[in-house]
Amino acid sequence: MCSVCGCGQGETRIEGQDHAHPHEHDHPHMHEHEHQHADGSVHSHPHEHGHEHGHSDHAHPHETLHDAQAPHEHAHEHYHVHQGDLHYGLGPAHAHAPGLSQERMVRIEQDILGKNNAYAAENRQYFAEHGLFAINLVSSPGSGKTTLLVKTIEALAGRVPVAVVEGDQQTSMDADRIRATGAPALQVNTGKGCHLDAHMIGHALERLNLADDGLLMIENVGNLVCPAAFDLGEAHKVVILSVTEGEDKPLKYPDMFHAADLMLLNKVDLLPHLAFDVERCIEYARRINPKMEVLKLSAINGEGMERWLAWLTEGVDVAVAARQQNVNLLKKRIAELEAQLAAMG
Amino acid sequence: MHEMSLAESILQIVESAAAAKEFVRVREVRLEIGALAGVEIDALRFCLDVVFNDSVAAGANLEIEPVPGQGFCLDCAESVPIQALYEACPRCGGYLVQATGGTEMRVKNLLVE
Repeated sequence: MCSVCGCGQGETRIEGQDHAHPHEHDHPHMHEHEHQHADGSVHSHPHEHGHEHGHSDHAHPHETLHDAQAPHEHAHEHYHVHQGDLHYGLGPAHAHAPGLSQERMVRIEQDILGKNNAYAAENRQYFAEHGLFAINLVSSPGSGKTTLLVKTIEALAGRVPVAVVEGDQQTSMDADRIRATGAPALQVNTGKGCHLDAHMIGHALERLNLADDGLLMIENVGNLVCPAAFDLGEAHKVVILSVTEGEDKPLKYPDMFHAADLMLLNKVDLLPHLAFDVERCIEYARRINPKMEVLKLSAINGEGMERWLAWLTEGVDVAVAARQQNVNLLKKRIAELEAQLAAMG
Repeated sequence: MHEMSLAESILQIVESAAAAKEFVRVREVRLEIGALAGVEIDALRFCLDVVFNDSVAAGANLEIEPVPGQGFCLDCAESVPIQALYEACPRCGGYLVQATGGTEMRVKNLLVE
């Protein structure tokens, strides 16, 4: 089950297969370490260690996936008992008077949604290392996301490598439509789940094996509520609102419009047939999010697409340049170290 | 929001800590829930009761520290108290208010044995 929104009985499937794992999640790795502290005292205590796991191909019962206590790659988790704890067993006598309770305070200070954020940070790191501009497309069902993606891929063909992760409760229909354009796509079916989370994206990335220096578009489950709370590691959330949905949506679903940096007002070709107030819609969106960028477009007839494509290619250029800069810095360091080595004779 | 699943996440945090720090019983769980976090406190208490039932935290006392909603109004250039996200500034009525406090949902600490 999704560890935060409670939906989905562990039914996430990636491309029709139960999600394979080479290892069990449900036991922490316990071992003792000796630590020396600044005051010279040394003590050892058991604690959990994060591990990096490679992936092999033995299947694993899926229902434990989202009940995982320990993410399989994560920053070193360390619990130090000394700060603020009252532990009667650590005093000089290493004992407590019989009859008194061993009650002690254990400091946790953990954000309840912290786990998803940790996975998202890993994804963000992956994108940076590979020069990928990743965007998270969110909207109600039926706003025209998939059609927009198909048109976008066709327009960018030959200019920028594009890959797509599709999120839906069931079917691979969206991924099939994307693949028909020639771009790689991976379908994640969330089962009863209502949104994609960073853990799912992490696994999708492993399977996709993306080329460096390109565009990754993540089409989230059609849902104007839940995806707002889940960072996937993307550079931007892009909210797509179609003119058939009513201009008051930004006020009614504020979390989503607050979380997005760009709003695409889609299906503007239909405006002559509707009583949709474009200016009021944009005003509402900017009330919720004063920094919201807005682009009006029609995926079907191409109106406004040039500016959308420019926004995308600019983002890719930034990601590629950042990666190149990191590569150059690392090469420079290697050269410096080699010079030092040479100087040592 | 999704109080039942928040309760389950809280239990996971407690159980992780129990394994790491080797305690067998939780006497009290202290949470910090901000006024702007979108959490219905009564619903959360109810769900925690259910979820703690057969666990290391069965029967534990639940202390929920509320954190008042706080925002920074860009027009007033001042911190203002706010009851809900996306509402107008109580002083000037403008909407350029950024939430600066009261959005947290955390497990603070536990009293254990």
